[in-house]
Amino acid sequence: MRALLLRDLRLAVRSGGGFGLSLAFFLIVTVLIPFGVGPEPGVLARIAPGALWIGALLAVLLSLDRIFALDREDGTLDLLATAPIPLEAVAATKALAHWLTTGLPLALVAPGLGVLLNLAPAATGWLIGSLLLGTPALSVIGAFGAALTVGLKRGGLLMSLLVLPLYVPTLIFGALAVGRGGAGADAATPLMMLAGVSLGTVAVLPFATAAALRINLR
Amino acid sequence: MSLWEYANPVRFMALSGRVLPWLAWGAGLCIAAGLFWGFFLTPEDYRQGSTVKIIYLHVPAALVAINGWLAMLVASLIWLVRRHHVSALVARAAAPVGMVMTVIALATGAIWGQPMWGTWWAWDPRLTSFLILFLFYLGYIALWSAIEEPETAADLTGVLCLVGSVFAILSRYAVNFWNQGLHQGASLSLDAKENVADVFWWPLLVSMAGFVMLFLALVLARTRTEIRARRLHVLRLRERME
Repeated sequence: MRALLLRDLRLAVRSGGGFGLSLAFFLIVTVLIPFGVGPEPGVLARIAPGALWIGALLAVLLSLDRIFALDREDGTLDLLATAPIPLEAVAATKALAHWLTTGLPLALVAPGLGVLLNLAPAATGWLIGSLLLGTPALSVIGAFGAALTVGLKRGGLLMSLLVLPLYVPTLIFGALAVGRGGAGADAATPLMMLAGVSLGTVAVLPFATAAALRINLR
Repeated sequence: MSLWEYANPVRFMALSGRVLPWLAWGAGLCIAAGLFWGFFLTPEDYRQGSTVKIIYLHVPAALVAINGWLAMLVASLIWLVRRHHVSALVARAAAPVGMVMTVIALATGAIWGQPMWGTWWAWDPRLTSFLILFLFYLGYIALWSAIEEPETAADLTGVLCLVGSVFAILSRYAVNFWNQGLHQGASLSLDAKENVADVFWWPLLVSMAGFVMLFLALVLARTRTEIRARRLHVLRLRERME
């Protein structure tokens, strides 16, 4: 499992596997928002929590197809399925590798982008915290969506249709925690709900992912 | 004689062929009677005027939309556990019907909301969760139509239906948390003190029964069509072999 994790990390970082791309995408989305809604600081500060969360979510979404698609193409996935470790562990490991190369960097650069959107300074800590707590759920749910569509030739669009509705609870609690934290209101409740969503999905969804992979590899 | 005997497509076709006309006529009669009763024979609400009468379309459609997903969930579970093909086909057949019902509920709600709330759409928890339910239906149907191999498609959509159900319930409560509601609370629960008055309740009940029968009839008809289509497919393949 550790070997698999390291292999996935190395692939993501070295071979132009999109490690920096999702960060760049996050930056571009954030830069585009003021062009869309206008540069008034008040408006930007008002929408910054939601806009940053949606940007992070889309950045995660765009990098999902690299979780399983490449391994499926070159046959690695078949080898992994017959390897002595359970497929559930493979699914969880690959989701973890995805999170380490996407969710974690996104959470770390988000405060810088928050400055661009005039995010309230009090909200910065909540932004990092909520992204750190919430992006694991995004990676795990995304791995499930990627596993469902891995057998399809052009599954990318379909995968977004399947995955985005599943992202609703995470997005609601994440953006709410940042918004409330910035306003000085009680942000602990949505943050705890967010942690609950993450823990629940991390615990359960690898099994669904593995089931979908087994069906697709049949 | 157990329920599982109808997992045999031949038995299922025989039974559904007998039941279908009754269901279809029952649905037509009940909906016509419920709507006529509701539209012309009930008094107008003292505050909402005649707009209240859209309830005879709105509530039954919403009921069927939610229970249609529930039916898909049960059918998917039976398919994943017991591998009865009819069950997978029922899940597949129910999805578009449920989606249309969701659209009807949303559209009638918007038509009612425009004069009453002064807006076509509000990000109210109930409205929002229905919109999310619509998206789930959309994804489910898209996945069915994207995969060619029927058994793989049935398996994957079954897994999606299970996971989607959990997330649908989760989203339902998450949106409650996210925004305060404009929509009135449950007005039909059996133990509530503030139910709708009896004059509105009886035609509504007839209409709901009609919509449920309509759903069952449409699902049965679609399942029968799909079974026949598969038989045709097999026959064609056999012909090509000879």
